[in-house]
Amino acid sequence: MSNIPAELRYASSHEWTRLEADGTVTVGITDHAQDLLGDVVFVECPEVGREVAAGEECAVVESVKAASDIYAPISGEIIAVNEALADSPELVNSAPYGDAWFFKIKPSDAAELDKLMDAAAYGASI
Amino acid sequence: MALRTPLYDQHLAAGAKMVDFGGWDMPINYGSQLEEHHQVRRAVGMFDVSHMTVVDVDGSEAQAYLQYLLANDVARLKTPGKALYSGMLNEQGGVIDDLIVYLAGDGYRVVVNAATREKDLAWMSKQADSFAVNLTERSELAMIAVQGPLALELVKSVVSDDRAALISDLKPFQGLPSGDWFIGRTGYTGEDGLEIMLPAEQSADFWQTLLAAGCKPCGLGARDTLRLEAGMNLYGADMDESISPLAANMAWTIAWEPAERDFIGRQALEAQKAAGDQPKLVGLVLEERAVLRGHQKVIVDGVGEGEITSGTFSPTLGYSIALARVPRATGSSAKVEIRGKLLDVRVVKPSFVRNGQSVIE
Repeated sequence: MSNIPAELRYASSHEWTRLEADGTVTVGITDHAQDLLGDVVFVECPEVGREVAAGEECAVVESVKAASDIYAPISGEIIAVNEALADSPELVNSAPYGDAWFFKIKPSDAAELDKLMDAAAYGASI
Repeated sequence: MALRTPLYDQHLAAGAKMVDFGGWDMPINYGSQLEEHHQVRRAVGMFDVSHMTVVDVDGSEAQAYLQYLLANDVARLKTPGKALYSGMLNEQGGVIDDLIVYLAGDGYRVVVNAATREKDLAWMSKQADSFAVNLTERSELAMIAVQGPLALELVKSVVSDDRAALISDLKPFQGLPSGDWFIGRTGYTGEDGLEIMLPAEQSADFWQTLLAAGCKPCGLGARDTLRLEAGMNLYGADMDESISPLAANMAWTIAWEPAERDFIGRQALEAQKAAGDQPKLVGLVLEERAVLRGHQKVIVDGVGEGEITSGTFSPTLGYSIALARVPRATGSSAKVEIRGKLLDVRVVKPSFVRNGQSVIE
């Protein structure tokens, strides 16, 4: 069974989001997604400062098995990316909700978060 | 309903993720494909390859039959148990399958791919009509490949003294019977190792014995990255019935001499050789942070285009490698299109890792 933390919100394309106290949103991929991908060997993150729209391709995960696009779950500006993934892509497999966050977004419309699924809905969708 | 090998329950018990492979329900990995890959390169791992098809070829014309059926020449097999790798071609010189044939007593033992079983058996039967030969499929046998630098020692530690002695005497690419077992020093990983054929009903116990001795189960995922690092072809990806062995890095498996030996596809191959226009299968190395994959386009400036036939991240090397079919005039560099970007790759001989070490020149 996949781990689906109750406090996060989810996109149907298997990204999770966490609303931080400062209003920014941290994004990663779910335990289910990393399990489907298998061993991750490269992660290509977006440039800091890039404006992304909800649903836009903005990162790539390469596993031994396949390449997979990662989509921005909400619109906004990329304000940070996880540099640790460059040297330790395997974190995506071992800590998908922790050390393996991908990027942080400053939302342009915080209401978009409400359109994402809660844990129960995501769990039912996979 | 997918086919299951006699080791199906062992796979589930070991936590395997199962996938369809040519109609068989097979383990893709038991957790981490990368760890399984490293296990084989650094120590020892085991694979269930019971889905592969074993056919014994006997009869007074067994040699003549295989000399006609195969592009390689079984007359080269002089010592008991010696094996060779060959393509089985159609009249147009396309590869129906690639296989291993062992000299087994007065006859031969042939191991062909699982996914091509039906067409192989049909072709082999059809060609057998004009020879005094018997074909016997040995579907009652399971097969376990134990591979890695510690493979021989580990297997020797858990089998009878007779079998351990036989393993000690086996030369690379030789396989011999031992009671109702057949032990070959062959494999598909680029490491030393054994492929052990044994009655299906004994296979679960032997698997458990190997497991208890510290042999880690490895899935088809690691099998694919290991064979690709070793530069070994995968049928259906790197060649098929539309591809000549000359275009699949299999020229070394064509026995042109003696010139009077007629084999299926010979005429077509001779014409291709004379024309010198077949593409070639090469290795590609990409040291950027991206992964080469099958079917990506290869661009060779001033020469033309080709295509990747198999690509992966190489766990041993830490960067991406591929096999690609490119124009014969291709030199030492090319470009590969990945997600709309053209990345520079080195063109090398199609062999990357042997016995744990890089062999890229």
